[in-house]
Amino acid sequence: MDEPHGSNRLGWNTLDELALNIRRDAVQMTHLGKSSHIGSVLSIADILAVLYGSFLNVDPAFPRKPDRDRFILSKGHAGAGVYAALAECGFFPIDDLKRHYQDGSNLSGHVSHKGIAGVEFSTGSLGHGLPVATGMALAAKLSGLDHRVVALLSDGECDEGSNWEAFLFAGHNKLDNLVVVIDYNKLQSLKPVSETLALEPFADKLRAFNWAVEEVDGHDIEALQAVFGRIPFKTGMPSVVLAHTTKGKGISFMENSVLWHYRTAQGDEYTAAMAELADRQD
Amino acid sequence: MRDAFVAALVSAAQSDEKILLVTGDLGFGTFDPFVKAIPERFINVGVAEQNMIGVSTGLGLEGYKVFAYSIGNFSTLRCLEQIRNDAAYHEANLTIIGSGGGFTYGALGMSHHATEDLSILRALPGITVVAPCDAWETTQAVTLLAAAKGVSYLRIEKQTPLRTGDLGIPFVLGKARRLREGRDITIIGSGGVLAHADSVAQRLAERGLSARVVSMHTLKPLDDAEILDALRDTRAILTIEENTILGGLGGAVAEVIAESGRSVPFRRLGMQDVYSSVVGSQDYLRQYYGMGIDAILDASLKLIARAA
Repeated sequence: MDEPHGSNRLGWNTLDELALNIRRDAVQMTHLGKSSHIGSVLSIADILAVLYGSFLNVDPAFPRKPDRDRFILSKGHAGAGVYAALAECGFFPIDDLKRHYQDGSNLSGHVSHKGIAGVEFSTGSLGHGLPVATGMALAAKLSGLDHRVVALLSDGECDEGSNWEAFLFAGHNKLDNLVVVIDYNKLQSLKPVSETLALEPFADKLRAFNWAVEEVDGHDIEALQAVFGRIPFKTGMPSVVLAHTTKGKGISFMENSVLWHYRTAQGDEYTAAMAELADRQD
Repeated sequence: MRDAFVAALVSAAQSDEKILLVTGDLGFGTFDPFVKAIPERFINVGVAEQNMIGVSTGLGLEGYKVFAYSIGNFSTLRCLEQIRNDAAYHEANLTIIGSGGGFTYGALGMSHHATEDLSILRALPGITVVAPCDAWETTQAVTLLAAAKGVSYLRIEKQTPLRTGDLGIPFVLGKARRLREGRDITIIGSGGVLAHADSVAQRLAERGLSARVVSMHTLKPLDDAEILDALRDTRAILTIEENTILGGLGGAVAEVIAESGRSVPFRRLGMQDVYSSVVGSQDYLRQYYGMGIDAILDASLKLIARAA
């Protein structure tokens, strides 16, 4: 199989290209690993591109530098997207992505930090990332440090009560160095969010917990850059970027389909998926 | 024991500015000495234990040394997955305090009876599990845990009659303390209920029998050598804990005995795989559930008889 890049040099110049590369890497990874959750990765590919490509203060040469921004992927099942983003940004060789899901690999299906440069925190069970991010944000405040802590949550994940404990705590404690991005693709594991546990009025709920909320098209790179540029939205309040997204975004037959929470692209489906991504590049 | 915990923590925190006390909205009055001395390092997260462990993990990963406090089951079982996935897997600096171990809150009912926490926490890799038998051991444990790395669980109670600090036996995490020497039986205990074992040893002495009494304050890492010594030196072994006999102190000792290839008459006293459904004082419930002085004495005599 052809690699997306012939070498480890960075194969993108724009955030659109980075997002496309993340999508292509992730489709290949899930294809090779016969793993699931590609729809969830495609949903956040543009968000990851903006975070890693422009917003987060991170450095592949010094992955643990003390003043780095902390990023936690709380929807750990989309770990392939973070691995791809890190590899595309030079944290480790892109070739390593082929080990995802393989026997003996540490590139687990749900994002893991052990032995992987750039991953701040391992998740997989939903509802864990935000409380930990909240503690990191509190630590920065206590220590007088000005880095930011960003947690990326799924919408379905907001069924977990632990998130609302943390929403309460962070709002109460005015942690304006804390940012939550919600991948609001309106589909969860079995059914649409609205038919499972309705979150609407979602933004109002979050505002009622004393968070500042801005809504954005989660696939509009320029709009995402603009909204991240305004963080914190309000001094003394944590920020939520409520990103309206499409599950499976970028591959027509995967879009808005619960099936692609689980299915892995093989055979003709894989060929078609890669062809669509190639077309986007042209 | 709880006051000893707070006093030791205030002392440790005054010499280490990275120590934080986090509570899940419990400890009325208890924490006054800490709040008075170091108010800026006292954090009440509210009645939200999952968030308490998550926030504490985040603080611990950023270089703070966190003591996270709630009542036994609340700081452990309610947020077990946060302890496993977040704190322990990431090796955060965090000591979880389970207050009201065993039947400390006996009259409050089964929700407040912590009778499986030791077993469940012991099963998690990378967690030091400590159940001191008195205020002195508590003080020592807090001092050492404040300087330790990684995740620990410290189970404390309220009133305990023992004063083992007078014995001159040092407290080292992972190293049992031999409180009394004897040949006929070794009684190994964790937590305040060990006081009963000490009383039983005196009664056995009146009958011309001698009991070694061991405080296994650290259930993990377990002091295997002390158990092997008991196998070698004494004729029977009895464990006593205010906790289920499955997987806690008794289970841990049984594992060591079974794998040693040696054998002596052995029994585990503790909760016999049941939930508590009656209430009462701590001493009453110990008797009711078969870990009172009479039960320990009876079990000891039977084990010694079997060894004859």
